[in-house]
Amino acid sequence: MNIPMAVQCSGISKRYPHFQLQNVDLAFEQGAVMGLVGPNGAGKSTILRIVMGLIAADSGSVNVLGYPMPSNQIAAKRNIGFIAEDMRLYESETIAFHMEFIKSIFDSWDGDYAANLLRRFDLNKEQKVKGLSHGQRVKTTLMLALARRPRLLAFDEPTTGLDPAVRKEVLDEMMNSMEDETHSILFSSHNTLDVEQISDYITFIYGGRIIESQNKEDFLDGWRRLRLVSAQNRDLPQLSNISDIHRSGKLCAVTVKNYEDSLPEKFTDAGFVVNDIERLTLEEIFLSNVQLAKNEAKKELVL
Amino acid sequence: MNLNFVFSKTDKRPMYQQIMEQITQRISVGDWPPNTPLPSIRQLAAEIKVSVITVKRAYLELEREGVIVSQQGKASWVNDSLDVAKLQREELMQHLEQAGKLAKSLAIPVDELMQMLKKHSE
Repeated sequence: MNIPMAVQCSGISKRYPHFQLQNVDLAFEQGAVMGLVGPNGAGKSTILRIVMGLIAADSGSVNVLGYPMPSNQIAAKRNIGFIAEDMRLYESETIAFHMEFIKSIFDSWDGDYAANLLRRFDLNKEQKVKGLSHGQRVKTTLMLALARRPRLLAFDEPTTGLDPAVRKEVLDEMMNSMEDETHSILFSSHNTLDVEQISDYITFIYGGRIIESQNKEDFLDGWRRLRLVSAQNRDLPQLSNISDIHRSGKLCAVTVKNYEDSLPEKFTDAGFVVNDIERLTLEEIFLSNVQLAKNEAKKELVL
Repeated sequence: MNLNFVFSKTDKRPMYQQIMEQITQRISVGDWPPNTPLPSIRQLAAEIKVSVITVKRAYLELEREGVIVSQQGKASWVNDSLDVAKLQREELMQHLEQAGKLAKSLAIPVDELMQMLKKHSE
């Protein structure tokens, strides 16, 4: 069975005076949620904009819902709902005005769903945009995007600046919109908790490059922290998958990547007692990955 | 459908294991007797706001343990030849393991722990 792809980018590059996106491969099937994670300025928004056809890549190919981008972007955009932080609503107009406006452009507009979302989001459609809080603005743009029933929702930083209650409302409705195998979400965030909760796939971006892109379960399964004790102050075995070592006296905490069940034995063979094996949160993996990428970048500078 | 799965944010176990626990608990207390159909992976994911891939993993592990049966890529249901008593025993073992760990971290000697257990078993 061939599952159709939601997004398929291969080898995309884009050069700016002070930043470049290098050789980015990104792909996930329809019916899935892809979370882009990375520090500020890593290139998350640029990737989203290229996927949306708002920016043309210098090289590489981009396919969204089967449409080549940006050449076929008009057809593709009918099926994509895009939300970015810098998206402006008309300040002196009401929410209802915006609903009518979007409805007049997109024939896929679902009025019942829009009314439902308004109620669930506790929004008053007669209210003018200039009186809305940040949370209400985010919910309004999400409602406007979702009521079009897009097959792909592309959301740049959905939860930035939201209080926990609104954050939950936004994430809940994003998940509710994934009702069947034909809807997909691509979103970026530096809130690793959000990404960990709703993503099927996770892509780590750092300095314009993709560090890792995998399904979330494999991602989280691959990392462990081992707590070791060495009574004789032995040296740690040289293993290529050790990403971080914290040692104080006889105690040692080692973070490893590509963990396998056979690994603890390698430490016991080297004279260590393995006291505990812990899983890592996505946030810890994120920080480890950033540290690794920084070290790599330094090495390159030296060479 | 409201399944009322409640998850603890302070639970350090991976989410798929917490989902497995919620399902096995419903089975072991008899709320979901053998042959009960389970919600589809996508339904459950939307209900508990957790990614599809995590729910899929929970179902796969439950299938491997023989707790549920799945028809390839489609419906799942509670295994009709499931030994509920065995499942309950496994749950008890998990509780005991937890108790043992806690006692260790509180520096309670094994003898004292046994005494406590004895008191509660009478």
